Amino acid sequence: MIISDSLATFGQYCVFMSRVFNIPDRWRTFGSRMVAEITKLGIDSIPLVLVISVFIGAVCTIQMQLNITSPLIPSYSTGMATREIILLEFSNSILCLILAGKVGSNIASEIGTMRVTEQIDALDIMGINSANFLVLPKIIAFLLFIPVLVILSIFMALMGGVFISITTGIIPLNLFIYGIQTMFVEWYVWYGLIKSLFFSFIITSVASYYGYYVKGGSLEVGKASTNAVVASSILILLVDVILTKLLLQ
Amino acid sequence: MIEVKNVSKSFDGKTILHDVSATFETGKTNLIIGQSGSGKTVLLKSIVGLITPEKGEILFDGRDIMKMNVKETKELRKEIGMLFQGSALFDSETVLGNVMFPLTMFANMTHAEARDRAEFCIERVKLQGANNKYPSEISGGMQKRVAIARAIALNPRYLFCDEPNSGLDPRTSIVIDELLSDITHEYNMTTVINTHDMNSVLGIGENIIFLNKGHREWVGDMQAIYHSANEALNEFVFANDLFQKVKKYVLANEKPHP
Repeated sequence: MIISDSLATFGQYCVFMSRVFNIPDRWRTFGSRMVAEITKLGIDSIPLVLVISVFIGAVCTIQMQLNITSPLIPSYSTGMATREIILLEFSNSILCLILAGKVGSNIASEIGTMRVTEQIDALDIMGINSANFLVLPKIIAFLLFIPVLVILSIFMALMGGVFISITTGIIPLNLFIYGIQTMFVEWYVWYGLIKSLFFSFIITSVASYYGYYVKGGSLEVGKASTNAVVASSILILLVDVILTKLLLQ
Repeated sequence: MIEVKNVSKSFDGKTILHDVSATFETGKTNLIIGQSGSGKTVLLKSIVGLITPEKGEILFDGRDIMKMNVKETKELRKEIGMLFQGSALFDSETVLGNVMFPLTMFANMTHAEARDRAEFCIERVKLQGANNKYPSEISGGMQKRVAIARAIALNPRYLFCDEPNSGLDPRTSIVIDELLSDITHEYNMTTVINTHDMNSVLGIGENIIFLNKGHREWVGDMQAIYHSANEALNEFVFANDLFQKVKKYVLANEKPHP
């Protein structure tokens, strides 16, 4: 039963995506909608990304310094380990899990409300491909903006470490900066960016799917929003494992 | 003219429409009436293509919507305007933005031309001065009028209205009914209104189709309804004392046919 339900859901998702990925009716309208979505989904997420990144960077630095107690391990490895955690996992996977909550619930509730208030029916009646009109700008906008969020997150998380170094003195700033620069692997930045592109597609498409197929009223919109966040979080973790295996080994 | 021929539709094994046939005439206000659950909305949504019936034909001036390909359906939909029960206005757009929306999507107009046309439609529904307001800032009656303005923006040949008076006070309902009737005659549209508002039935019903438990039980106009012997129709239309008194009054004061 669970397998057949899952297959049916996946099939419906594929049909939905085939409707989404069509040529827009009007490129100008598509462009203006995409700019609006960049603002709503991307720029409006910057404050959250900044705050979370600074604190996680600070916490990582403190924990690394407290746990690396062996005299055989040089002090600068705190900076190095913090950098690796941020580049490899935090600023892409964990950040996208957090964004799945903010952006995913926003998308699912917006489209779900449009469904229950018949706004999507109104688009269909006008002869507009509602899936394409509503969802494609969101997917493209978030795909374009997620690298900006990831880079910002990396920078701010490292700044969090710097801040801790300056204010608490648990590690000298010059050693922390040296650690950040030591044995830097450029590919890890690309790896994080590639992962974030997959995750951003999952967040926007899964949330749109759950919102688009809402049936009922406001209660179901809330359920769809929750389901969207849960499903996209699980998919992000699953794809994270697969991409890590493919890209790092 | 829209012709519906032997349309049937079931949901989860329960038949909602049983071989329904009806003709909706051009230049007239065609009403689909019936109790809640009688299949009115399913019939209306089947006609506009939001629901696909299991069998039957739906002909828009001879063109069968069920046999059309995607491109043909898209073209037909440009000829359709629809007023939804809850107005279905786009929350993120102003009144002017809502009315301009179909024009910017489909009409080959400049922005200024689309704006002029939208302002004309807004004036036609007597909503001057509300251009920059958002749907949440205006009353239910005004939202209905914006939805009518949006529906007629592209000069449609067919206008569909699902419960246009639901949630409105009696005075506003009459305003909406009169507006729909005037627009239908002015633009010679085929208007199909789905309602269970008796004021609409007796006020603007030029061609009335009565549905009962998914069957088409009666067809006539607002005059013929007073003479109908159909028990289910009489129970539905003249359910309360006021309308029974209206019926008695009308029949008592009717001039005999020559």
